[in-house]
Amino acid sequence: MNAAVAALPMRHDELISALDARQAPKRTVVAFGFWVFLLSDIVMFSALFAAYAVLVHATAGGPTGAHLFDQRNVAIETACLLLSSYTCGLMTLSIGSRRRGATYLFAAVTFVLGAAFLALEISEFASMVAHGAAPQRSAFLSAFFALVGCHGLHVTAGLLWLVVMMAQVQIRGFVPSVERRLLCFSLFWHALDIIWVGLFSVVYLMGVAP
Amino acid sequence: MSATTATTYDRAPGDSKAHPRSEAFVYAIGLLLAIVLTATSFWVANTSALWGPGVPLGLAVLAIAQMGVHVVFFLHITTGPDNTNNVLALAFGVLIVALVIAGSLWIMTNLNSNMMPSMDMMNLHGQR
Repeated sequence: MNAAVAALPMRHDELISALDARQAPKRTVVAFGFWVFLLSDIVMFSALFAAYAVLVHATAGGPTGAHLFDQRNVAIETACLLLSSYTCGLMTLSIGSRRRGATYLFAAVTFVLGAAFLALEISEFASMVAHGAAPQRSAFLSAFFALVGCHGLHVTAGLLWLVVMMAQVQIRGFVPSVERRLLCFSLFWHALDIIWVGLFSVVYLMGVAP
Repeated sequence: MSATTATTYDRAPGDSKAHPRSEAFVYAIGLLLAIVLTATSFWVANTSALWGPGVPLGLAVLAIAQMGVHVVFFLHITTGPDNTNNVLALAFGVLIVALVIAGSLWIMTNLNSNMMPSMDMMNLHGQR
């Protein structure tokens, strides 16, 4: 009993110091937490993908994907998002080497490409609704608008986040908290591009494939 | 366990150990591979050179390959020991995604084929 009581505080101290030594830097912890959030977001998208895949033939006599989808438009959207993912990576590098001008430049290019993607998507939705292919037309169109629209909302949120982050860089500079948020933003933006890869393959290309 | 061990055994997702200049090269390779895979996907969907029913499978394979390219070259997720946490989280996410998508398709296809009214049943309804 005595021996145990005597030994306990030492072990406890050892444990604490061992925990301190193995404590990951805050940057790693924050980014890992955000990584787990992104994966849960992707799980949510997988449910929308599953709903779309189940309902893709439930057109209720309405238009099918082959009638509605314009491949040229999708190709331009894909190029915009892929290039914006690349410039987002270059922005991360500029942040790492503390080049403020290059950071603004690549952030601006990322924003413009993302906004171009969004504008193309909104015009596509508007023309579909104008041709009577609104979400309430069929289960296929409900699933389509839910899936693609959810991705579009994510891109919108990402664009707003990018503007806020550039304001923070302008006002506060490259302090650790701003850098952590920028790292999370780049993870978010790359994840959106990964979801888009699934989207254009499953929805658009499989929809128009012969 | 020293502090140095702890830092080498944990890396944030999105962070890379490479030198900034070689990291720009990594992004460029990723972009190039992604462009090639995307172009191949669009070609596969529009060509008649391939067997029709195989096209969706080919598109799925190309999409998964491109997602892998994005994860490795843009998100810098590696199989190194400093990335164990990130890879484990990713593996769990992929498992759930596969279960949700494959499970939904499997169950709904099965239900569809079982719920489809057969000719006999339709005749019975007609006779009543």
